[in-house]
Amino acid sequence: MQVTVNVNGEEYTREIEPRMLLVHFLRDELGLTGTHWGCDTSNCGVCVVQVDAVPVKSCTMLAAMASGHEVLTVEGLERDGELDPIQQGFMNEHGLQCGFCTPGMMLTARWFLDGNPHPSDIEIREAISGNLCRCTGYENIVRAVRWAADHPRVAETEEVAAS
Amino acid sequence: MTVTAEQAHVGFGRRMRKEDARFLRGKGNYVDDIVLPGMLHGAVLRSPYAHARLVSIDTSAAEAHPKVRAVITGAVLETLNLAWMPSLSHDVVAVLATDKVRFNGQEVAFVIAEDRYSARDALELIDVEYEPLPPVIDARRALDPDAAVIRDDIKGKTDNHIFDWEVGDKAATDAAFADAEVVVSEDILYPRVHPAPLETCGAIADMDKVTGKLTIYCNTQAPHAHRTLYAIVAGLPEHKIRIVSPDIGGGFGNKVGIYPGYVLAVVGSIVTGRPVKWVEDRAENLMSTSFARDYHMHTEIAATREGKILATRVNVLADHGAFNNTAQPTKYPAGFFHIFTGSYDYPAAHCTVKGVYTNKAPGGVAYACSFRITEAAYAIERIVDCLAFELDIDPAELRMKNLLHAEQFPYMSPTGWEYDSGDYPRTLQMAMDIAGYDELRREQVEKRERGELMGIGISFFTEGVGAGPRKHMDILGLGMADGAELRVHPTGKAVVRISVQSQGQGHETTFAQIVSEITGIPSDDIEVVHGDTDNTPFGLGTYGSRSTPVSGAAVAVAAKRVLDKAKIIAAAMMEVSPDDIEVGRGTFSVKGDPTVSKTIQEVALAAHGPMELPEGVEGHLDAACVYDPPNLTYPYGAYIAVVDVDPNTGAVKVRRFIAVDDCGTRINPMIVEGQIHGGLADGVGMALMEVIAFDEEGNCLGGSFMDYQLPTAMECPSWELGETVTPSPHHPIGAKGVGESATVGSPAAVVNAVLDALKSYGVRHADMPLTPAQVWRTIQGRPFRTDLAITD
Repeated sequence: MQVTVNVNGEEYTREIEPRMLLVHFLRDELGLTGTHWGCDTSNCGVCVVQVDAVPVKSCTMLAAMASGHEVLTVEGLERDGELDPIQQGFMNEHGLQCGFCTPGMMLTARWFLDGNPHPSDIEIREAISGNLCRCTGYENIVRAVRWAADHPRVAETEEVAAS
Repeated sequence: MTVTAEQAHVGFGRRMRKEDARFLRGKGNYVDDIVLPGMLHGAVLRSPYAHARLVSIDTSAAEAHPKVRAVITGAVLETLNLAWMPSLSHDVVAVLATDKVRFNGQEVAFVIAEDRYSARDALELIDVEYEPLPPVIDARRALDPDAAVIRDDIKGKTDNHIFDWEVGDKAATDAAFADAEVVVSEDILYPRVHPAPLETCGAIADMDKVTGKLTIYCNTQAPHAHRTLYAIVAGLPEHKIRIVSPDIGGGFGNKVGIYPGYVLAVVGSIVTGRPVKWVEDRAENLMSTSFARDYHMHTEIAATREGKILATRVNVLADHGAFNNTAQPTKYPAGFFHIFTGSYDYPAAHCTVKGVYTNKAPGGVAYACSFRITEAAYAIERIVDCLAFELDIDPAELRMKNLLHAEQFPYMSPTGWEYDSGDYPRTLQMAMDIAGYDELRREQVEKRERGELMGIGISFFTEGVGAGPRKHMDILGLGMADGAELRVHPTGKAVVRISVQSQGQGHETTFAQIVSEITGIPSDDIEVVHGDTDNTPFGLGTYGSRSTPVSGAAVAVAAKRVLDKAKIIAAAMMEVSPDDIEVGRGTFSVKGDPTVSKTIQEVALAAHGPMELPEGVEGHLDAACVYDPPNLTYPYGAYIAVVDVDPNTGAVKVRRFIAVDDCGTRINPMIVEGQIHGGLADGVGMALMEVIAFDEEGNCLGGSFMDYQLPTAMECPSWELGETVTPSPHHPIGAKGVGESATVGSPAAVVNAVLDALKSYGVRHADMPLTPAQVWRTIQGRPFRTDLAITD
């Protein structure tokens, strides 16, 4: 079947098997290997991408279901050569070690902060509780999300001020 | 403008990681990200039985699948003499089953197809006939006379016994026990758990038939050891094998060994003439690759009524699964378990370890265990708490009374370890101060009066890491030394090549910092090369917290050699004697006249230039080192967990966790703390959630993340860290390993805390994991064996 998916602002049209999972579509068809595959059971969250600005575990969603929708992957976080605050937060606070959970963590956290720009630590922990990390013990991930909350993009700050 | 050392990022200290730039942008390069031209995909058919005879395999339908290129069975491998491969413990492991299957999930056949979906489809088309045999699941029944013999492939084998091993002075220990005022004994199980890195294991094999060169891309923690083993297993010339270990999505010991899937990818590439990728799925990872622990430890402690420890004794039944494939130094079939005397001062100890086969996946040494020190630390810290329970002494007071003191180091333990340095009471006191220990105890009393269950658990651990001295330690005959090569380019930038392999530890950052600290070259000017056997010196890889103690030492020695040579050249440049040179951070100045000086960058250029060098000094500015550690390093720490237990549901909440670690010199404190955080989460997971159990038919009950529960951000508290710094006296920069410290030390703190909370029920011990069900049943006075399925 033919699908057309908007990924990171670009339209991609591909002929695929109807059973193809979104994670494999992104990785194997588009070569966007920043999205990872870890468990098949929606437990680990390394495959999280945003579909229409909502985090989704792409190992349990068919690529066909994303046809006509907008997908944001880790490759789309950086804008005009500038890291998203969540990326900068992960770097500054040592929120990653092996880096395998990091894309999914950041996409979950980006969505979370978009809806809750001033969260408490427990709210951050709850928000990322669908994403496993085996390296960091979560401490520095919480700090990374907090850093991003404390350092929004200038444009976002202006939007908040205007509203 | 003058650039300060801080601005130029010279030396030790908190530094952002170099590797983050690619990971944060989704530009990491993990093995499944690699696509080679013409690459095929492999998938493994696995046994649904724990123990069964293979009657027949019909692969014809799979072979007829239009996208299948080959199907490999054990019979095919037998014709190549590859059906079995050597294990890491002088046993053999079946690559594909030929006679029997010996665990649930064992490899039976391998399909190679044009894409990963088709390979999986074709597995369904293979028809295997099995004749089920009675499985041996309970290690405690493995040596029963009527137990089925699992390893009848071994000539003359009539039982499931693997080895017996003992360490310590039995007579002295028995005498101490006979005379002791108090003896406490407990059966303590460290159940089977799994490292479960989020990236599963995988490999791509690419055999170039023209050149005869085999390139294997594999997420291995030990690329050089793999190359040598492939040379031995497959009979290929070692110089024609190249192992590329790309970015690794977590290892924790899971990615040390060679798995059948890797060998099958190699065979697949030879058979098809194309690159073959094999990446396991999560169920395969949990069911078939290296598990950890599975130690049944009958643990005893002898003491005076005042709480002075006199002796300890442990008799271990070790469940090694269907093949003895633990990864540890040859001389030590139980790894470093005999460090079980822990952090205390007493003269007598003895342990025996009996290894047995069961119908379970092989492995044993994995999951950040420092070669079984995890089991040892858990046994001693649990039995010390049992002693405190019996004597009704505060567990902190009992530990303080017995901890080794600073003046006792170097300390020769009763089982033969020479602890290099430490000041244990200071570290425990710091943890108690951070925790507010006395106040917590007061709060606990108040809560108990209200019927609320609060527990405080302490653990004090000593590790021995950095294996190891060549004369004592080898794996399959390969001595555990590691090489490093440092080359300073003409413009003063540098490249250092190392044998160890990061799985997230940040070697590209910290190893550059080691060179920087010694030579004064900014760490941003130093490239760290690793993970490619064609481009790095030989060494045994990263596990057992050995990278900094061994490879880090090799890098430090190589950097010191470069510095020494640079000093001689600098002296020649300034026409003075090397004895008249004052060495600063990357500078060489004339003593008494600091205005006359050269930088390391200027020296590097001169070393490559036309200048006449002093007699005996060769051109360029390079150095190498193969480091043979004189001893292990002995990091230690004091951990305190505070938990609240719901008596109605058995649910445990870890409210606080205080960890004071001493790992000697800290190269990059940010990375050290990150390593500790991760290990503490492991401890919470193992203490409360994680277990690979089996039902009576031998089905693995932990084969997915729905069943094998890992801690999330909600189960973990905000870690409270402290530190003491007692450098290792024999390490070139005074550093000790730290990667596994928290995984080793933390489970006992959490378990001790939960059992402290349950003290009013008269409970002294219950086995991990302390799930709500286990805690609730413990409150009812009937904790269960967590390694078997619950049957009532």
